[in-house]
Amino acid sequence: MTEQFDPTTPEETRAIVADALASKTPLEIIGTGSRRGLGRPPETAHTLNLAGLSSVSLYEPDELVMRAGPGTPMDRIRMQLDQHGQMLAFEPPDYGPLLGRTAGEGTIGGILAGNLAGPRRIKAGAARDHFLGVEAVSGRGELFKSGGRVVKNVTGYDLCKLMAGSWGTLGAMTEVTVKVLPAPEKTRTVLIASPDATPAVAAMNRALSSPHDVSAAAWLPAKATARSGVSYVAGAQTALAAVRVEGIGASVDARCAALREELMEFGEIEELHTHNSVALWREIRDVRLLEDGDAGTGTGVVWRISLPPKAAPRLLEDLQAALDMDAFMDWGGGLIWARVTGMTDAGSYVIRRTLAGCGGHATLIRADMETRRSVPVFQPEARGVERLTRNIKEAFDPHGILNPGRMYEGV
Amino acid sequence: MRMPDPDSDVLSRRGEIIAALRRIVPGEGVIAEEEELRAYECDGLTAYRQLPMIVVLPETTEQVSEILKYCHGDGIKIVPRGAGTSLSGGALPLEDGITLGLGKFNRILDIDYANRCITAQPGVTNLAITHAVQADGFYYAPDPSSQIACSIGGNVAENSGGVHCLKYGLTANNLLGIEMVLMDGEIVRLGGKHLDAGGYDLLGIVTGSEGLLGVITEVTVRILRSPATARALLIGFPSSESAGNCVAEIIGAGIIPGGMEMMDKPAIHAAEAFVNAGYPMDAEALLIVELDGPEVEVDELIGRVETIAHENQAKSVRVSTSEDERMNFWAGRKAAFPAVGRISPDYYCMDGTIPRHRLSQVLTRMNELSGHYDLRVANVFHAGDGNLHPLILYDANKPGELEKAEGFGAEILKLCVEVGGVLTGEHGVGVEKRDLMGEMFTEIDLNQQQRVKCAFDPTQQLNPGKVFPTLHRCAELGRVHIQSGQTRFPDIPRF
Repeated sequence: MTEQFDPTTPEETRAIVADALASKTPLEIIGTGSRRGLGRPPETAHTLNLAGLSSVSLYEPDELVMRAGPGTPMDRIRMQLDQHGQMLAFEPPDYGPLLGRTAGEGTIGGILAGNLAGPRRIKAGAARDHFLGVEAVSGRGELFKSGGRVVKNVTGYDLCKLMAGSWGTLGAMTEVTVKVLPAPEKTRTVLIASPDATPAVAAMNRALSSPHDVSAAAWLPAKATARSGVSYVAGAQTALAAVRVEGIGASVDARCAALREELMEFGEIEELHTHNSVALWREIRDVRLLEDGDAGTGTGVVWRISLPPKAAPRLLEDLQAALDMDAFMDWGGGLIWARVTGMTDAGSYVIRRTLAGCGGHATLIRADMETRRSVPVFQPEARGVERLTRNIKEAFDPHGILNPGRMYEGV
Repeated sequence: MRMPDPDSDVLSRRGEIIAALRRIVPGEGVIAEEEELRAYECDGLTAYRQLPMIVVLPETTEQVSEILKYCHGDGIKIVPRGAGTSLSGGALPLEDGITLGLGKFNRILDIDYANRCITAQPGVTNLAITHAVQADGFYYAPDPSSQIACSIGGNVAENSGGVHCLKYGLTANNLLGIEMVLMDGEIVRLGGKHLDAGGYDLLGIVTGSEGLLGVITEVTVRILRSPATARALLIGFPSSESAGNCVAEIIGAGIIPGGMEMMDKPAIHAAEAFVNAGYPMDAEALLIVELDGPEVEVDELIGRVETIAHENQAKSVRVSTSEDERMNFWAGRKAAFPAVGRISPDYYCMDGTIPRHRLSQVLTRMNELSGHYDLRVANVFHAGDGNLHPLILYDANKPGELEKAEGFGAEILKLCVEVGGVLTGEHGVGVEKRDLMGEMFTEIDLNQQQRVKCAFDPTQQLNPGKVFPTLHRCAELGRVHIQSGQTRFPDIPRF
């Protein structure tokens, strides 16, 4: 027998979790379920669906703050922010199509629970950096809150940091407060023909170390550029480093000109205007350049690897020598997206062993359920850190009621 | 301020503990003479003082680990201390505790331009981080007022801010990794030179944990390229309302200034008398707005801000035309605390944050309270992010006046919470605001925070008596209270 619970208030959510605790029945927590296939397979058939907690209860553009239920669709949040020329600056991605679902399904709670962020991460931070306040139900069946509605706040422990990236294993969120920021008036992208990874990362580092306030930097190998819907990029027939500049019109023009000058030595240079820039960075954000064809038709597993940017070219080279792999870089080299085919362990052993040399973490973003059961989806932790992780889980959810095992076995 | 009762057994073993520490840290690294201990009796919050039992100044991570391992086994409490600049008593010693000072951890370990970060020992000052990379055109963004003295390890413990927070973030947003020693001596690394955590964001929870979770022994932070240019506007307003409206409209127009500071009339007058910055003496409120970035952008935005200022009844607007003039605009603001120190024997610095649109309401109420307590107050305000620093003027030599100032301060912080704000924006809870935590949090909230403390330090030997108003034992906090009728899950098989 499986049950789904659909609370519409924080108190109902609390009562359901308290009942689950009393009967020691674990719950899978979902919003729309758009990222349900991410993580270790659920260890329970019962779901707590938070889609009913879906209203924006506070939005004050002048105060740069928004408060909403976790089930509020991202599309609705984007629309509301758009009306006031604002945005979530961490550029929340939409992995729907990558995970074989449709685009536009995700919720704000899901984005925060996964601490997801797009290309602007290197300038503006991740979801965690914009997460000001939370109310959630712990696995103890208690409604707790942390943080507030103001940016500057060091009152008590910042439990938002733990809620972000814990994938629902510590609390079922019932209300979230986030910082919002003005959206840029204009966007341009400087493209540098850059066939090899090492000079590409050097070029991106030059751009990111310049005073020109670069908001994103990615390197797309020729296979990736060929898949772009932006005709100039697709027609380039070479690998490209892409550097994004955003802001007010005159400033964007001046900075682009300066960057072209500064990056000239790295390769031939072109420029994308606002419309094409937005389209290209959305493809990068949503990881649409790793495979041919339509949503959900791709094969192979997909990895997301965060690492020191300088180490990226070497790591990529080592992985490509050992694996059948398609990849591109974001975050100036600090993030590698890789699609791996034909490995029984999804390439986990090779990827993590290679990564150990430079530090960082690899997460299996897409794989079938059998693979996610047998391969560590999240980066295995060092012994001391692992102990802390288990203690933290124990502190919030001692009986393993909330998404048990989603991240690590027994957590 | 009531601190945990001293453990007489530990006190009686003082000599033996000193000997044990000297075996771990040879030479002058163990301080036991009262005269020398005196230097450690308080931090930046001088109203509270306590002589530590012993001070130890280790030089290596291994020594820190050995000290903690020894203290863990012997039930001895530890108070970590950086530069001792906390304004909330975060490093206030314990009578039966060892103050563990990290002043000898003062080396920059690695400057890594290819990964745009720098690794330093925790005792390096905030400003020294910037100095290490300045010649190459880089800087470290968070800039607390005490940056010349405060340590980077202390910045992590307090999640320090500064005037550039709105645009560039707090310590938490600029921190990449730490090495930390847990109470039982285990050395762990959180983060590194990459972004975000592979599992739980333990680095995020340690940031701002006020020395209760571990002792930080190494810090890696992001460095940024210095902006091409910076210019400032100095704007005088006839009322704090018009100044507040101007701030809201600047942000509403999509402009995020590098810094945006407000001062009220008493603060303007104190500062002007101190540094002659040329502040408008007839203004009720003064706004310093600094725009930084590419030159053409700064020029454009200066014009936009000027227009908004005039639309909001600005009585005077000056735009800096040189670096000297910009620094001069800031001189008064940066000297505001010592300037207030000149017009009053003592002052008490508060640190609440409020939603910005409640500013005039809060200032009005604060004036009423000022009358009620018969104590003057001057206000400086990080206007962009709503962080308010009321300075309460008092004379500690007058009997009862410190208590009156504390009472006034507590009322101000309660008011901040009442209008939707928080008790502390950047100075920390420490001992100072510990007993006010109940104004903002329920017992359930506080217990949940304290369970995080238990996850790192189950024996609660690290900096006890700070942050949490009531010290529950971890075993007690760990108990699960089942409060349900089990109606929803009658037939579901148990696991």
